[in-house]
Amino acid sequence: MSATADFTEETDGDRPVLRFTGPMTLARLGTVPRRLESLAGSPKVIDLSGVDRMDTVGAWLVHRLARDHDAAIEGGDDSDRKLIDQVAAADHPLQRRPEAEGQFHRVLRQVGDATVAAGRTLYGLLGFFGSVLIASWAVIRNPRRFRGNAIVRQFEVVGVEALGIVGLMSFLIGVVIAQQGAIQLRQFGAEVFAINLIGRITFRELGVLMTAIMVAGRSGSAFAAQIGSMRLAEEVDAMRIIGISPMESLVLPRVMATVIMLPLLGFYASLLALLGGGLFSWISLDIPPVTFVQRIREVVPMTDVWTGLIKAPVFGLIIAMAGCFQGMLVEGNAEQLGLRTTSAVVQSIFLVIVVNAFFAVFFAAIGWV
Amino acid sequence: MKARGSDDVIVVHGLKNGFGTQVVHENLDLVVKRGEILGVVGGSGTGKSVLMRSIIGLQHPMEGSVEVFGQSMIDRDDTEATNVRRRWGVLFQNGALFSTLTVAENVQVPLREYYDLGEVLLDEIAAYKVGMVGLPEEAGPKFPSELSGGMKKRAGLARSLALDPELLFLDEPTAGLDPISAAAFDELIRSLADTLGLTVFLITHDLDTLHAICDRVAVLADKRVIAVGTIPELLALDHPWIQEYFNGPRGRVAAEAAERAEAQAEE
Repeated sequence: MSATADFTEETDGDRPVLRFTGPMTLARLGTVPRRLESLAGSPKVIDLSGVDRMDTVGAWLVHRLARDHDAAIEGGDDSDRKLIDQVAAADHPLQRRPEAEGQFHRVLRQVGDATVAAGRTLYGLLGFFGSVLIASWAVIRNPRRFRGNAIVRQFEVVGVEALGIVGLMSFLIGVVIAQQGAIQLRQFGAEVFAINLIGRITFRELGVLMTAIMVAGRSGSAFAAQIGSMRLAEEVDAMRIIGISPMESLVLPRVMATVIMLPLLGFYASLLALLGGGLFSWISLDIPPVTFVQRIREVVPMTDVWTGLIKAPVFGLIIAMAGCFQGMLVEGNAEQLGLRTTSAVVQSIFLVIVVNAFFAVFFAAIGWV
Repeated sequence: MKARGSDDVIVVHGLKNGFGTQVVHENLDLVVKRGEILGVVGGSGTGKSVLMRSIIGLQHPMEGSVEVFGQSMIDRDDTEATNVRRRWGVLFQNGALFSTLTVAENVQVPLREYYDLGEVLLDEIAAYKVGMVGLPEEAGPKFPSELSGGMKKRAGLARSLALDPELLFLDEPTAGLDPISAAAFDELIRSLADTLGLTVFLITHDLDTLHAICDRVAVLADKRVIAVGTIPELLALDHPWIQEYFNGPRGRVAAEAAERAEAQAEE
């Protein structure tokens, strides 16, 4: 039992014979496969009478040897024969990997594919925007189809449940801006201007932008995953068949909720950032809260607040649309769901930052500086 | 492969399984003999898959003992369990192929894990295994996502046969296949079991499969195995679920089909 397989090369009369002995099974082959590869002679007869057990791997080795050397197989019982026959019947070359293409071709193809994919996505997103507008118009004309409950539920998921994490994040960012600003401005003896920095940057840029990034990671991905798994379970198809428009019941509530919640969250984030900055100024720079608030009111123009509040709904629209769009594109398998969720987040953050740059130029051009 | 060792490959005794307060199995006994194809049937939710999972060690039972090849499978350390795992193959319900590997590479995974065979022999083994389960050679370099349901099952079977196991677990191998593919798959399992001397633990809902390839059938109901035997033996029992199962409209059609097939074989 514990023996390993072995073989000997002999000459029986004028015929070279290869005799296998012991168990010809995968677990007990030992060095036999390697030794067979460097076989010196060319056996004409393979003798199996010394073999006590055989599995398909053993049978394959015997078959391959017989095939390569055109040898006859002798000995062995019926079941060994049957096994060898079965393995022989399945003998055909098999490719393990798909054909690999050349390096240059591959790079070229990947660049091409990526370009086409980017173009298609933008085009698709535009089309999706159109469908959202059409669905909105249908709901406006026929307000009974307005899904109040779904929207309120999304308010909760997108807005209320995000208050904690968005608040904490903004608070810490406020602290960091105040601290870093103070360190730099101290060199000019102008520490007190750290307040200008906090006030303007949070209302104008960071409050809304960071909130948008957080909401994209929290809700944009959730939209893609929820709608995507509904697509996989054919729930979306079932809705269509029953006569419920997935655009009105799934997409519109999410888009509306995000468009409405993002300005509120953004404003709230700005306030929390001020709180963080103010606290740091009080503790570390000895600026009392009253002075801090007074300074903020002096240095932050109302247009900064408007800038943030105007940008926020647009960011919300982008995030919700990218999430729902990618969710709707899920087809086939669970792997797709993961990929689509990832691209929903990547796309929404990327687009938010691009659009933010356009806004910066625009607001500067109309004199809101 | 010639028979050796004890004749009972799987011995389950007094098994109790449950999730939270819900008990799936209680006092379940089952013996699988060497070289037989045992079909396991039972209504939905009677814990057929749970039974398989507790035998192969994926589900920790609350009570009872599970022995495979005479060795207890409960509370074993991993290295010891590995020695038993090498001797069985499992086909999961949806194939459970690794999605980042091609079919050929999937078949090679267990071989690479346990043996040092050299790339040439590995490729050859993958090739004949893929051929044996009836997949065309084009299937080798394909990824699981490019395969149809039936091909996935065959590829899964090829992987479960990779280590030339003595014991094969099949979880609903013909579910979701069209009747022609299902019949072909039944035949494949029967012929592989015959040539390789396999013991097969087969969960199925497919009455045709039961008639065509199973030596014995175990019926799961009331949280335990209520009967084990050949189909005629089971029919002789007076249990309402068994009568309903085998004598219902589908059961009768399957029995007639099996009789016709036998008659044809005799001619």
